Amino acid sequence: MDTIVGILLATLGAGTPLVFAALGELVSEKSGVLNLGVEGMMIVGAVCGFAVAAESGSLWLGVITSIVAGAGTALLFGVLTLTFQANQVAAGLALTIFGVGLSAYIGLDYTSVALTGMAQIHIPLLSELPIVGPLLFSLDPLLYLSFVCFAAITYFLYRTKAGLLLRAVGESPESALSLGYSVIAIRYMAVLFGGAMAGLGGAYLALVYTPLWVEAMTAGRGWIALALVVFATWRPARVMIGAYLFGGVTIIQFHVQGFGVDIPSQLLSTLPYLATIVVLVLISRDINTIRLNAPASLGKAYHPSV
Amino acid sequence: MAQRDRTAVEPRLALSGITKIYPTVIANDNVNLKVYPGEIHAVLGENGAGKSTLMKIIYGVTKPDRGEIIWQGKPVEIARPAEARRLGIGMVFQHFSLFETLTVAQNIALGVDQEFDLEKLSAQISEVSHNYGLPLDPKRMVHSLSVGERQRVEIVRCLLQKPRLLIMDEPTSVLTPQAVRTLFDTLRRLAQEGCSILYISHKLEEIRELCHSATVMRGGRVTAEADPQQETASSLARMMIGRELPVCEHGTARQGGAARLVISGLSRPADDPFGTDLRDINLQVNGGEIVGIAGISGNGQQELLLTLSGERPLNRRDAAAIKIDGHDVGHLGASARRDLGLTFVPEERLGRGAVPPMSLSENSLLTGHRSGMVRFGLIKANKVKEFAEKCVKNFDVRCGGVHAAAKSLSGGNLQKFIVGREILQKPNVLIAAQPTWGVDVGAAAVIRQELIDLRNQGLAVLVISEELEELFEICDRIVVIANGRLSPIKATADTNMEEIGMWMSGLFPEEREQPVVRESGHA
Repeated sequence: MDTIVGILLATLGAGTPLVFAALGELVSEKSGVLNLGVEGMMIVGAVCGFAVAAESGSLWLGVITSIVAGAGTALLFGVLTLTFQANQVAAGLALTIFGVGLSAYIGLDYTSVALTGMAQIHIPLLSELPIVGPLLFSLDPLLYLSFVCFAAITYFLYRTKAGLLLRAVGESPESALSLGYSVIAIRYMAVLFGGAMAGLGGAYLALVYTPLWVEAMTAGRGWIALALVVFATWRPARVMIGAYLFGGVTIIQFHVQGFGVDIPSQLLSTLPYLATIVVLVLISRDINTIRLNAPASLGKAYHPSV
Repeated sequence: MAQRDRTAVEPRLALSGITKIYPTVIANDNVNLKVYPGEIHAVLGENGAGKSTLMKIIYGVTKPDRGEIIWQGKPVEIARPAEARRLGIGMVFQHFSLFETLTVAQNIALGVDQEFDLEKLSAQISEVSHNYGLPLDPKRMVHSLSVGERQRVEIVRCLLQKPRLLIMDEPTSVLTPQAVRTLFDTLRRLAQEGCSILYISHKLEEIRELCHSATVMRGGRVTAEADPQQETASSLARMMIGRELPVCEHGTARQGGAARLVISGLSRPADDPFGTDLRDINLQVNGGEIVGIAGISGNGQQELLLTLSGERPLNRRDAAAIKIDGHDVGHLGASARRDLGLTFVPEERLGRGAVPPMSLSENSLLTGHRSGMVRFGLIKANKVKEFAEKCVKNFDVRCGGVHAAAKSLSGGNLQKFIVGREILQKPNVLIAAQPTWGVDVGAAAVIRQELIDLRNQGLAVLVISEELEELFEICDRIVVIANGRLSPIKATADTNMEEIGMWMSGLFPEEREQPVVRESGHA
C-alpha cells in the first residue's frame, strides 16, 4: 500500500510543473494567442527562482521571482506579437531558444548548489486519514496552489463575465472590438498570466521537485504542456488528467528501470511523452468538441482596423 | 406615417460637419444628418459611400477627425461603444458581432452593461423576445442558429438596453422576404414607441416602404435629403449613383440546349461539424440557360460549391454524380474539371478568386494558363500580359494597369476582372457564387449582363446567390437550397418571390425533379 501511495505522490509531483505551465498556456490560447515559448518561459522561471532562492535563502522569494521572470519573458513575446504584430509561431520558437540559452548563462554559478526543498503542510486530522491523508492533505504548498489554480481558472473561464470575454476574444476579435472591448489589452493579460504560470511551473521543478539547477532541466516539459492543451481540447479538467498521466508514466518507467527490465533506459524515458500523446489523441478525436472548445482565431495576428 | 412637423421637435441625434479621413480615402466629408424621435431614417448609398463609417462613428467604434455629435440637444463625445450604449444607442451589425461557440445568453451578456447573471438575463431575453415576436431560446449555441435567428439575437441585445436610437446596418441582405416582413413589423412597432431608427440600405423598394425620411450619400458626402415616400425607385437611384439605374437586357432563353452540367443523386456529409450535409441533390443545367440556386447562406451552398468546383472532389465510385458535357467528373480535382471546360467564380474574391498581393497579370495566369500562356513549364510573359490587358479592356476594369496588385482594386472592379478572366477562357459551364456581392450597382449590372450574354452564346450558367432580386432578374429557372436539399425547380416566369421565399425556409413540396430530362428541341 505504501508503495502505491508513494507512486501516486511522486506522480503528483512529476505532473505539477505541467499543470502550471499547461493551465497558463490554456488561458493564453483561449484568448487566441499561441505562445510556443512555454519551454523558454518555464526554464527562465526555473533558473531565476533558483538563483534568488540560493542567494537569499528564501524559497518563497524564489517562487515569486520565478513568477515575475516567467511573466517578464511573456511580456517580451507580447510586445513582439501583440504590439508589433509579429508572427506568433516564429516569436514563440525564438522565445524558447532565447530562454534556454539565457537560463544556461544565468545558471552557470548554480549548477552545484543544493537547496532544501519545501516542507510539506500537514493539515490537522485530515492528513491522518489512510491513503487520502498523505495523498491530498500533507503536500507541499505549491501542490496545493496548483489545485487552487485549477479550480480558479475553471471558475474564471466558465462562470465569470471576464472569462466569457476572454473566450470571446479568442473566437472572434473583430466581434469583440465592435462590442467595444480592447482585444489587445485582454490578450496582453492572458499572455502575461500564461508566462507567470509557466514560471511557476519552472519554480516547482527547480525548487520543489528536484530541488537542483541543471542546465536544460525542463527537458521538453514546455512542449508537452503545449501538446497537452491542444489534445485536452482546451479544457482545464482534461489538462489535469493529461499532466498526471504524464507524471504517472514518468514515475512508473523509473520503477521499471529500477527492476532491471531489459529495455534500454533511453527508450523507457520516451514512454511518458508517447503515452500522454497517444491517450490525449484518442480522447480528442471528436471533431465537435474541438470546434466548440478550440479558440477559432488561435495564432492569427490581429490587426485592429481602427 | 405622414409628414411630421420636423421643426417642432428637437432631433434625437444631429450630426454636423462629420469628417473622417483615411490614408487613401475620405470616408466622410462634412456629413450632416438629423434623426427625430420615432422616425425611421434611411441612410442610402452604394458600397463605399461612407455609410458604415458614419454608423461606426455614431456607435463609438471609430473617432471622427472633425465634426460634432449632438444627442438630444447636447453635444457629446462618444469614444467607446459602451458610452454609446449608455446614451441609448444600439447597433445591429451587417456582419454580426456574435460568437459562434457561445450560447445566445452568453453572447448577449457580452453586449449589455449590467450585472453578470445568466439566469436573470435569460429570463429577460425570453420576455423581450416574446414581447416583440422574436422567439429566441437563450440556451441555444449561436452556431446552430439560422441567419435570421442570429439577427434576432443582435436585435434583442439592443432591445434589452431600451434604446432611444437603433442603427440597422443592411439588415435585410440575408433575410427571406417573409423574415423581412417580420423585421419591418418589429421596426415599425419600435418607432411607434418613440425609438429612432437609422436604417442603412441600398435597397430602394424597402426604403420607400419603411422609412419616413432619407439621407443619400455618395463618395463620402451627403448628396440629397429626401422623403422616400414622395420619390420613385429610379429617382432615389439617381441620387444614389448619380445616373439612371442600369437595366439588364434579359431576352428569352434559347430552348433545347444539351445538358452540360448534370448533378444526380449527390449526397455528402459535411466535413465541418457546423456545416450542412448535402442530401440527394439532383440538378441539370442546359446550354443556353441560367439556373439560379436561391437560399439563405449556411444551407449547403458552401458544401455544394466546393463539391462542384472540384476543391473537394468525391470518391471515385461517386464519379458519375457530377457530369460535365457527358464526362463523369465527380472524382476529378479542380484543375481536371477546368480542363473539361468548367469555370468557377467563387464568392470570396480575395484569397479564393484572386491572390491579393499578386498583380492582375499574375492572377490571370492562375486559371488562364490553359490558354497558351505556358510552354515547357515556362511562362510566356507577353501572352499573360496580353490576356490580362484584354480582360481589363473588355470588361472595363478600373485599375492602375495589369501590374496593379489584386488587392488594390475595389470589390466591383476585381469581380469584373475575375469574371472576365473566366469568360475569356471560353468555358462550357460557368458556376458563379454571389457574383455581385459587395459590388456597386453599376458594376453589378455589367456583371449580370455578361452572364446573360454567356448564356446567349450557349453556355450553361449556374448562379448561387442570396439576392433574390438578382436571381429573378437573370435566371431562366430557379431552385432553392434549404438544409442541404434542393427544392423542385421552377421556370422564373412561373414563380414569384413569395413562393421562393417560403421555400427558402425549407417549406417546399417533396416531389423530386427527374434527374435527367432531355429537352426535345422546341425552339
